[in-house]
Amino acid sequence: MSHDDYQVHRAKILTPSFYVLATLALIGFALIVLRYVKGIGAVSNLSDGYPWGIWITYDVATGTAIACGGYAVAILVYIRNKMHYHPLIRSAVLTSLFGYGLAGFSVMVDVGRPWNAYNFFLPSHWQGNSAMFEVALCVMAYTNVLFIEFLPAILTRVQQTNWSRARALLERYHGRFGLDTAIILQKLERVRQGALWLQPKLDRVLIFIIALGITLPTMHQSSLGSLLLIASTKLHPLWYTGFLPLLFLINCLFIGYSIAILESIISSFGFKRPFEVEQLAGLASIIPYLTVIWLTVVVGDLLWRGQLGNVLKLDFYSCFFLLEFGLVATGSLLLFSRRRRRSPRWLFITAALIVLGGALYRFNVYLIGFNPGKGWHYFPSLAEVMITVGIVASEILGYQVLVKFFPVLPRLHGHELPAATISSHSDTH
Amino acid sequence: MSAKSRRDFLKLAGLAGAGLVTAPSRVWSSSEQEVSNDEELGMLYDATKCVGCKACMSACKRVNGDYGSLSYEQAPFDPDKLWDAPEDLSGSTRTLIKLFKESPRQWSYVKYSCMHCQKPSCVSVCPVKAMTKDRQTGIVDYNKDACIGCRYCQVACAFNIPKFQWNKAIPQIVKCDLCKNTNLKTKGISACAETCPTGAITFGKRGDLLHEAKQRLAAQPARYVDHIYGEHELGGTNHLYLAAMPFTKLGLPELSSKAPAEFSEKIQHTIYKGFIAPVALYGTLCCIALRNMKKGAGQEGEQTEQGDDHES
Repeated sequence: MSHDDYQVHRAKILTPSFYVLATLALIGFALIVLRYVKGIGAVSNLSDGYPWGIWITYDVATGTAIACGGYAVAILVYIRNKMHYHPLIRSAVLTSLFGYGLAGFSVMVDVGRPWNAYNFFLPSHWQGNSAMFEVALCVMAYTNVLFIEFLPAILTRVQQTNWSRARALLERYHGRFGLDTAIILQKLERVRQGALWLQPKLDRVLIFIIALGITLPTMHQSSLGSLLLIASTKLHPLWYTGFLPLLFLINCLFIGYSIAILESIISSFGFKRPFEVEQLAGLASIIPYLTVIWLTVVVGDLLWRGQLGNVLKLDFYSCFFLLEFGLVATGSLLLFSRRRRRSPRWLFITAALIVLGGALYRFNVYLIGFNPGKGWHYFPSLAEVMITVGIVASEILGYQVLVKFFPVLPRLHGHELPAATISSHSDTH
Repeated sequence: MSAKSRRDFLKLAGLAGAGLVTAPSRVWSSSEQEVSNDEELGMLYDATKCVGCKACMSACKRVNGDYGSLSYEQAPFDPDKLWDAPEDLSGSTRTLIKLFKESPRQWSYVKYSCMHCQKPSCVSVCPVKAMTKDRQTGIVDYNKDACIGCRYCQVACAFNIPKFQWNKAIPQIVKCDLCKNTNLKTKGISACAETCPTGAITFGKRGDLLHEAKQRLAAQPARYVDHIYGEHELGGTNHLYLAAMPFTKLGLPELSSKAPAEFSEKIQHTIYKGFIAPVALYGTLCCIALRNMKKGAGQEGEQTEQGDDHES
């Protein structure tokens, strides 16, 4: 696999959006500190009836689906052998890494006794009946796999650097803080040599890691559906079905492809790069197949269980079901047109519809269709929302910064960047 | 070779897909009935004998206060801090007496605490074995040293019994353990049953309790609703109820006789039986990816003559 498909995006790091996102992230993290000092009840509206709120529903159940871009594109590239999508994969893997890493972080905010989490690694505590156990181990493993998949970007960068920024910094502080420029540069050179040594070895085994990176999400994305199988008395019959694992698996795939389209369009727009219409149109042609399978399973299952009456009741639950169903169906119908698949605007609209519909499905299963009994209500508190916003903000922030340090975005061919953005950056290859 | 492996893959994928699709239907069609274990310990609460003195509640807090992290609660209507009046089971309260009023003259007390299911959902879902069911006594117990606080047990419990300490920096789950490590250990009986002055709470083996309940129903059919709550609910519970009012009015949900955990575990086990499916999936993916890569390298080699190492 060639590592030359990618390039570092050369632009300013401290943009206005950087400050906005950093502020949101800071607010979120301040509230997280409050949560650890005063308890979960101090910042959230969670209750014994609704023990899982938006942290689990959004950050974990939906966030990991949105982070399935890496998974979905990897299937396309390595399994279906469509190598011309290869340029998309690194940014997809990076967003997946952030999505999963922060889902794991959110879990540590959400669980009440995180210091006991080491029990997941003690075989005497393993509990194979629990879908949660499976999800937890898989997500931890997959986060590591994603990091290894992203490692080539870091290694390539380290090999090519001449440490100009570090050199400048060191020269500025030479002699102070006990820093010796020569010794540190020597050590940095050793890091560079290490990267040179590691890269070919990693390249040789990378394909096995990539296969693992496809196996693990297949397992835990379906298990995210299995999580709710136990709640037979609490989850509304519109969503409670033995097909939950299958529906969650297909759902994460079409969300994954849609989010890969969205990410590409947004970063092309935000970073003022040309749209990758060719590849995106290809991705978009896969989505309708997946959504049609998904919608068929949903309808067939409802028919089989005799729930069509509940669908057409137009009560609270039926409205949310119809909204979820309508969003996914509309998005897929629009994508059947070849002309729309080649228009960045339509691609954006349809992908957004499908992501919204797919995400709403997960909200419906985890929160909206969940009714623990009389007297329980849940709507997230402001602090709870701000913690989620803070986590998402730090995710976008991290992506924005990292693409300016490491070769992540697809290499541009025949497109010259505006001179201003190049000269604003002193670092060279 | 490559054609064969592709065919193999398709076969495998078809099988896996078929397995995934047919799994639920197979589970639903199976009608094996788990036999309940009547040697397990439990309690029979007879609402018609309860006078609402709440001695059981205070005995529970007295005995389990330190071990179970229980405490007295201040109610919102009580600025002078003169009552212990928990609104519901909570992170401070394991058992609770409530009073249902059909009319001002017609009422029934009802006691809430863990039902100690025969096939408990909380035990089935706990990812780190913090919830356990004792094989001999059938007691569903909680171990805070294993618990990670994920609250999946709360999501799973149809009776909404496990409670979480929302306002503590070091919280835990709170639920009845039949005084396993306190009163049962020292006196062989749960504190609430020991204290009850009217005999509304009977402690004993499930079989004996069921027998007793059936005798009471037979002796005074007019006194009771003709149903022993917990005999069949969710596959049977070790905490049983008799009452003069329909149980749904007493806040005990109407439930099927199947344990939800049986269904969810069957699906989980079908997918992960012997870990074969994940390993097969991984193996297949590796094969396909490797083959694709070799093909890609071959093409590249033809295009750029030679010299490219074929391993990457």
